[in-house]
Amino acid sequence: MSPKLRLGIAIGFVFAVLAAAIYFPILKRRVKKQAQVQQKSEEQARLELVQSLNAASNEPKVKAKLFWAADAEYSELVANTVELPLSNDPVLRSKQVLSTLLAGPVDSELRTLPPDAALLAFYILPDGTAVADFSDAMANSIPSGVQSEQFAVDSIARTLEANVPQVLRLRILIHGQAVETLAGHLDLSGTFPVSTKPVPPAPAPAGVPTTK
Amino acid sequence: MNRSIRRIAAVSFAGVLLGALAVHSQTPPPGPASASTTTPPNGQNPATGRAALNIVVLDPAHGGTDPGARGSAGIREADIVLELTAQVRHGLENQGFQVLQTRNGNENPSFDDRSALANAQTGAIFVSLHVSSTGLSGTVRAYTMADMPLPPTTGGLIPWDQAQASYLPLSRKLGDAVQGELTQRFKGSPMNVQSAYVRQLRTTAAPAIAVELSSVAMEDKADLDRMLPGVADAIVRGIVTFRPSYVTPAVPGNAPGAKP
Repeated sequence: MSPKLRLGIAIGFVFAVLAAAIYFPILKRRVKKQAQVQQKSEEQARLELVQSLNAASNEPKVKAKLFWAADAEYSELVANTVELPLSNDPVLRSKQVLSTLLAGPVDSELRTLPPDAALLAFYILPDGTAVADFSDAMANSIPSGVQSEQFAVDSIARTLEANVPQVLRLRILIHGQAVETLAGHLDLSGTFPVSTKPVPPAPAPAGVPTTK
Repeated sequence: MNRSIRRIAAVSFAGVLLGALAVHSQTPPPGPASASTTTPPNGQNPATGRAALNIVVLDPAHGGTDPGARGSAGIREADIVLELTAQVRHGLENQGFQVLQTRNGNENPSFDDRSALANAQTGAIFVSLHVSSTGLSGTVRAYTMADMPLPPTTGGLIPWDQAQASYLPLSRKLGDAVQGELTQRFKGSPMNVQSAYVRQLRTTAAPAIAVELSSVAMEDKADLDRMLPGVADAIVRGIVTFRPSYVTPAVPGNAPGAKP
């Protein structure tokens, strides 16, 4: 190797170290800022949900059916009747029942969803497809497994079916993103049936399956 | 300068062409997912003309950076299913099956790669192995993919994302055969196969089930280890029971294969 080439490599190396020394603190600041924004958006979602629940507190209480596990072994899901001041607006009503479902039953062993998960957004498309956007904790804190992940989705779908007849099928997002699985097992790329009535197939974008 | 850039570009293009040719020549023949209209002779039983079940693709779930379910006693789903796979493989080979594995060590192939291994075979079934975080300890459940709409007729080709749809009735038959054997050995297990939206089953163009043991929450790994020979034997017996039922299902828009 010629001395000129060695010098060139050495100078290049010094420049790379200098550039890294300047860039890394900037990158660190950006990552920190992004994390703060993310935290803020989750807090915002919780605040909006609480406000919407408060707004509905003047509504007369009705009997809502919420689905939690029958026992700690997850043998089946059972309906639990809870009196809630539910709104007549299907989106608000869905948020109310799902937030109560997330809050969980008195016996924490019977819960089907992680206690730290939050509903970030919920809307219903004109064709009856509900889109529920949950925080990262829904995927990260749920017990991993086919059984536990299917129980989580079934408890959401059956609770919506029992309380919000306008919802025909359900799509689940995690922090605004379409993800492949819930926690390594359950397929989240399609929609889940909510209504037991005959449901017309959902118009799926190319390449995205619509599981009936 | 321009000439050398052109020369580099030409060499790169030639390299890409050669690489593509090499990959093409190594690509396995299209399996059921790409829907051949006839069943290849090596997949047929000469006596009946039916496609015979010869190959079992075993899928130890997770692996690599993904440990799957983890218990407080340090039990990792990815490790247990690899041990279970070895035992199931041994039993199946004794019964004359050819066994393929989606992973042999601590790697994590994609869901599509796992399905692709089964889809490239003729006369194959797919069995994905899991250990749960929940459920009554000492029980085992077999799952098939939940209901899927049949894919639209597209000249015999099956959409990758709905590959399992045509195979669901056979998958349920396989699942019931395996679950029946499991329930005899592991009290408290369900009587019939369950349905769930298991990701790797959806894209598999073959009879496909997932088997999940409960659970990594066991306090002692030895208790889970003691279950493995029984689970492996039940899976092998279930597959042997299912073997005569195996047929190539009719794919929409395609000439049907062997009919039941």
